[in-house]
Amino acid sequence: MNTRFKRGRALGTAALISAALVLSGCAESEREGGGGGDGEATGGTLVFAGAAEPVTLDPFFAQDGESFRVNRQIFEGLVGTKPGTADPAPLLAKSWETSEDGLTYDFTLETGVKFQDGTDFNAEAVCFNFDRWYNMPESAQSDALTYYYQKLFRGFATGEKADAAIYDSCTAEGEDKVTIKIKEPFAGFIPAMSLPAFSMQSPTALEKFQDDSKADPRTTEYSTGNPVGTGPFVFESWERGKQVTLSANDDYWGEKAKIDEIAFVAIADPKARATALENGEIDGFDLVGPADIQPLEDAGFQIVNRDAFNILYLGMNQKTKPLDDIRVRQAIAHAINKDEVVSASLPEGTPVATQFMPELVNGWTDEVPTYDFDPEKAKQLLAEAGAEGATIEFNYPTDVSRPYMPSPEDTFNVIRSQLEAVGLKVKPVADRWDPDYLDKIAGSANHGIHLLGWTGDYNDSDNFVGVFFGAENPEWGFKNEEIFSAVTEARGIPTAEEQTPFYEDLNVQIMEFLPGVPIAHPVPSLAFAPGVEGFQQSPVNDEVFNTVTIEE
Amino acid sequence: MTIPLPPSHGPVGGHTEAPVPGALEEDTRGLSLWRGAWQRLRRNPTAIAGALIVLAFVVIAIIAPLLTPYEPASTQWSGQVTPTDVPGPSEEHRLGLDRFGSDLYTQMLYGARQSLVYGVVSTIIGLTVGAFLGLLAGGLGGKVDTIIMRVVDIMLSIPSLLLAVSIAAVLGQNAYSVMIAIGVAQVPIFARLLRGSMLSQNKSDYVLAADALGIRKRKIIMGHVFPNSVGPTIVQATLNLATAIIEVAALSFLGLGDGDPAVAEWGRMLVAAQDRFDAAPQLALLPGTAIAITALGFTLLGEAMREALDPRTRR
Amino acid sequence: MLRFVLRRLALMVPVLVGLSILLFAWVRALPGDPARSLLGEKATPEGIARVRELYGFDEPLLTQYFLYVKALLSGDFGDSIKTGQPVVESFFDRFPATLELGITALMIAVVVGVPLGYLAARHQGSPIDTAVVSTSLLGVVTPVFFLAILLKLVFADWLGWLPTTGRQDARINATHITDFYVLDGILTREWDAAWDAVLHLVLPALALATIPLAIIVRITRASVAEVVNEDYVRTAESKGLSSAVISRRHILRNALLPVVTTIGLQAGLLFSGAVLTETVFAFNGVGQYLFDAIGSRDYPVLQGYILFIAIIYALINLAVDVSYGVIDPRVRVS
Repeated sequence: MNTRFKRGRALGTAALISAALVLSGCAESEREGGGGGDGEATGGTLVFAGAAEPVTLDPFFAQDGESFRVNRQIFEGLVGTKPGTADPAPLLAKSWETSEDGLTYDFTLETGVKFQDGTDFNAEAVCFNFDRWYNMPESAQSDALTYYYQKLFRGFATGEKADAAIYDSCTAEGEDKVTIKIKEPFAGFIPAMSLPAFSMQSPTALEKFQDDSKADPRTTEYSTGNPVGTGPFVFESWERGKQVTLSANDDYWGEKAKIDEIAFVAIADPKARATALENGEIDGFDLVGPADIQPLEDAGFQIVNRDAFNILYLGMNQKTKPLDDIRVRQAIAHAINKDEVVSASLPEGTPVATQFMPELVNGWTDEVPTYDFDPEKAKQLLAEAGAEGATIEFNYPTDVSRPYMPSPEDTFNVIRSQLEAVGLKVKPVADRWDPDYLDKIAGSANHGIHLLGWTGDYNDSDNFVGVFFGAENPEWGFKNEEIFSAVTEARGIPTAEEQTPFYEDLNVQIMEFLPGVPIAHPVPSLAFAPGVEGFQQSPVNDEVFNTVTIEE
Repeated sequence: MTIPLPPSHGPVGGHTEAPVPGALEEDTRGLSLWRGAWQRLRRNPTAIAGALIVLAFVVIAIIAPLLTPYEPASTQWSGQVTPTDVPGPSEEHRLGLDRFGSDLYTQMLYGARQSLVYGVVSTIIGLTVGAFLGLLAGGLGGKVDTIIMRVVDIMLSIPSLLLAVSIAAVLGQNAYSVMIAIGVAQVPIFARLLRGSMLSQNKSDYVLAADALGIRKRKIIMGHVFPNSVGPTIVQATLNLATAIIEVAALSFLGLGDGDPAVAEWGRMLVAAQDRFDAAPQLALLPGTAIAITALGFTLLGEAMREALDPRTRR
Repeated sequence: MLRFVLRRLALMVPVLVGLSILLFAWVRALPGDPARSLLGEKATPEGIARVRELYGFDEPLLTQYFLYVKALLSGDFGDSIKTGQPVVESFFDRFPATLELGITALMIAVVVGVPLGYLAARHQGSPIDTAVVSTSLLGVVTPVFFLAILLKLVFADWLGWLPTTGRQDARINATHITDFYVLDGILTREWDAAWDAVLHLVLPALALATIPLAIIVRITRASVAEVVNEDYVRTAESKGLSSAVISRRHILRNALLPVVTTIGLQAGLLFSGAVLTETVFAFNGVGQYLFDAIGSRDYPVLQGYILFIAIIYALINLAVDVSYGVIDPRVRVS
C-alpha cells in the first residue's frame, strides 16, 4: 500500500504544482519595467549582453572592456569624445587651456553638477581624485591594477617608479577652476583624460567604501557594490554571474536617460548572443560574430558598425629564420591576399590595413610602401633569398574571439593556404589564447609568424606604434635603433599637431622595415532589436545609453 | 569515465574493503566457458550488431587512405568558404567541405582513424598500468595494497572527466596529452577490477588447494588467476573504449588536445561546427552521430560479452 | 551505524590531504603564467614581474605550500587571481546552479527511467524490452555536449520555444533566497520567476538526464527482472494475487534499492556532464567557472574548487552508502 500511495500522492502534488505554474505563468509580471513615462520617455529595461562579466566597478582599476562598458554609464571624466569619433570633447570640463610647454593644464568645470550620492562635483573633488591616484599604495601599483595611470603618469608618489612619475600637482581655484601640472610634456594628455580610468569619482563614497590598500582593491565594497559617479545611470545591484542592474539618474546634469533601467548580462559565445537576440531574451549585444551579421540583418535586426580603431596584423619574429631576411618578409606580404582574408574570416566591409594604425589616428599616411597581392613576386623573392619551400611556423590562438580577430582559426586557415600557394610550408602551432598563446608570443622567442592585434584606447599614435615598436621585445625579435629612437622622440613632442610629421615618417619607416604585415581593421559591430533607437557608436567604445529608447 | 552500466544484477558501489561486486565467478572448467560464451554471443542480436559496428569502424579506420584521394586537414579549398557559406556535396567533394576548407568525407574517414588510435592507446595505457597496480595490490596484499588503494581512492575522489582535464591541461596542447590523460583516468577502474578479481579468487577452492599443495604463489597467479581475469578485463576494456572515444570528444570540446582545429578528429570537428550550424548542420551532425554510433557499437559488444561470460545471467 | 559513518569520514581525511597536495603541485605544474593571463595583451615584463611578486609566485615552493595549508585550515581558500573574489564565496555563488541542474536531471531520469525499466522487465525479451534498452543506451553513448548543442539549436534557435542561455531572464527581478531559482520563485510566490527558471532549466537538464537515465533504466529492469523471477513472487502469483498488487507491493520496493545506490555513482557522472552542459548553455555553475579558471591559470580557484568538489563527491557517496545501509541491514555489517 505504501509505495503506491506515496507515489500517487507525489504525482498528484506534482501535477497540481505544474498546473498552478502554468496558470500563473500566464499572469503578467508586475515587476517588469512598464512602458510609458510622459512625453518622449519610453521607459523600459534595456537588456544588453556583453561577452563576459565586468571585473570591477571602480574604473580606476578596470582593464577589461566589460568593466568599461558598465563604468561608462555611471562615471564621467573631465574630457569626453565627440560622438562617433575618437576626438576629445568637453564633458565635466567645459573648456581647457594647455600651456605652450605642455606642462600646465587649466580646466574650467561645469557647474551645478552633483555626484549620484549628492556630493558636489567641484574643483576640490577633481583634485581629490588626482591626488588619490598619485598616492596609490605600493600594493596597488602593479600593471594588473593601474595600467592606464602608469601609461600616462608613469609613476606614483611611492614605489619603484616614483622618480619617473610626471604628476606634479593639482590646484583648485574656486569652485570651478582646476590646474594640473605635470613634469614632462605628454601630447596625449587631454585625449587620455577621456579614458574610464580617469573618471571622476565621488570623494564621499570613496572615503566611505573604498580601500585602496586592500590586497585586491577590485573587490572592496566600493568596487563591487557602491560606485558613485556623475553619469546618467546609477548603480543598483550586481548579481554575480547573472547581471548588473543600473537605473536612470533623475538628477543627471546632462541629457537624462530615456529608459528606466539597464541590465547588463554576460553571454560568452557570439552565436549564443545572436540567438538570444533573435529570441527576444536580450535587446542588444556587442561583438557580433562575422557569421551572424548577415543572418541577423536578414531577420530584421539592426547592425551598428563602429568606425574601426584597431589593427589586426601578422607578426614576423625575426629571431626565427628565415624571417630575419627582409626578402622573405616581403614575399610573405606579397603572398597575402588581404581581400580574401576579409571575405573568408572577417565582417563584410572591413577595411584592409596598410600600416600599423587605423586611419583615424594621428600620423596615418598613404605614403607608406604597400605590398600588393602578387604571388609571382613572392615566389621570386623567396627564390632570391634561397628560401623556396621553407618551413615557417605559424602560431595562432584557439578558443578566443577578440574584437580585432573574431575567428582566428578561419583567419589562420586562409592565410595558411595563401602561403602554401607560393610554395612555403606552413607548420601550424595552435595554443589556447589564455595564457599559453600570449605567453608564447609576447614572452618568448619561440614562435614564427603569428596573428595578433590591438584595440586603441584613445586617439594617440604612441598607443599603437609605441606599444609595438618602442623597444626590443620578444614578439618581434628585432633590434632597430633607428625605429626605437624615432618612437621615443615622437612620444616626447608636446602637441599632436607637431607630432604628425614624425609619426608619418615613422609609419613609412616601419613599413619599409616590415616587421609584420598589417592585415585589416576589423569592425566590431553591435546588434540591436528593431525597436531600439538612438544608440551612438564610438570607435573607442565611449558608448553611453542615455540616448537610447526602446519601443515596447 | 566508464559508462558504469552495472552487471545485470547485484549491488553496485565498491569500496576498498569489499571485493568488487559483480566480479565474475570464474568457471573452473576452463575452455568450455569461452566456448559457451561464444555460443551465446553468436545467437545474441545485440552482440552481432555491436560487433558489426566495431568491425566497420576498425576497417574504415585502417583503410581510410584507400577510400579517398585527398589528404586530411588539407584546407586547400578554404577560398571557397565564407563565414556564412560552406559548400555542400558536389562532384569533387562527396560530402562537401568543412568550415576550414578540407574535404568533409576525408575528414570523417580519418576521424575514425584518430578515434581508434586515441581509444586504443588510452585504453591500453589504462589497462596495463591499472592491471599492474591491481595485481600487485591483490597479490601482495598488506601495506602495498593499502598504499595502492589509497592512490586509487584519490584518483577516484574527483569525477574522471575532471581528472582527465587536469592531466591534459598540464601536458599541453597535443594529441599525446589527451591519450595519456584519458588513459590515466582509466587506471583506477582496471586497478580495482584486477584487484577484486585477485581477492575473490584468493578464496576460491582451487587456489587454496594449489597453495596447500605447495605450488609457488607466482605460479598460481600466472597459471590460474591471471587467465581467469582475462574475461572481465576484456569486457571492461571494450566498454572503456566506448567511453574513451566520447571523452576524447569532450576534451576537444573543452579546448584541450591537438591544437590544430582543422585536424580530422570527430570531437574537434564537432566543436568547430557549432557556429555554422545554421548554414551547414551536417558539419556537426556527421561527426556527432559517428561518435555516438561507434561508442554504441563498443558498448553493445562489451555488454553482450559480459552477459555471455557471466553464467548467472543465463535466462 | 554511527561507527560506520565515522569510519568512512576518517577514511576521507587522508584522501583529501593527499588530494590537496596533488592539487598544489598540479596547479604549479600547469604550463603558462597566471600573471600574463591577468595582463593579457597589455603585459610587459616589468608588469608581469610585479604581479608575480604581489602574489608570491616566486617564493620557494615549500613556503607557498605552508601558506596555502595555513590558509586552508582557517577556512580561507584564497581569492581568485582574475577577479579578486574569495574562492569560497564564488564557489557557493555558483554551486546552487550546478546542484539545481543535477537534481533536476536526476529527477527526470528517475521519473522517466524507473517506469521504463519496470516496463522492460515485465516484458522481457519482447520488442518493447529491446526498444527501451536501445533508446536508453543511445542516450549514454551520445556525447552529452553534442546532445546539448542539438537541443539548444533546435529548441532555442530554430523553434525559439525555449531560452538559449542562462538561468533566468534579465528582465525579471526575482528575489533570491536559496539561489535555487525555481524554489525561490515558489517560496516568494513570484510565479513568473519560477516558471522562467523552469524554462531555462529544461534543455540543459534534459541533455544531462540522458546519462543517468540509461543507467536507471538498466538497473530497474535488472532488479525488477530478478525479483520477478524469484520464488515468492511466483508463489504469490500462483496463489492468485493479482499481478498489480504483487508488483507494487514487492517488486518496486526491492528494485529501488540498487537505484538508490547508483545515485552516488551518478553524482560523479552528473558533475562531468554538468561541466559540459553548463558551458553550452552558459548556465553559470561551478563547472563552467572551473573550466574558465583552468584556461586562465587561476590557481586559487582551481585548488579550491576541485577540493570542494572532492569533498562534496565524497559526502554524497557517504550519504548513499548510509542510506543503503539503512535500507538493507545486511550491508551494515561489512
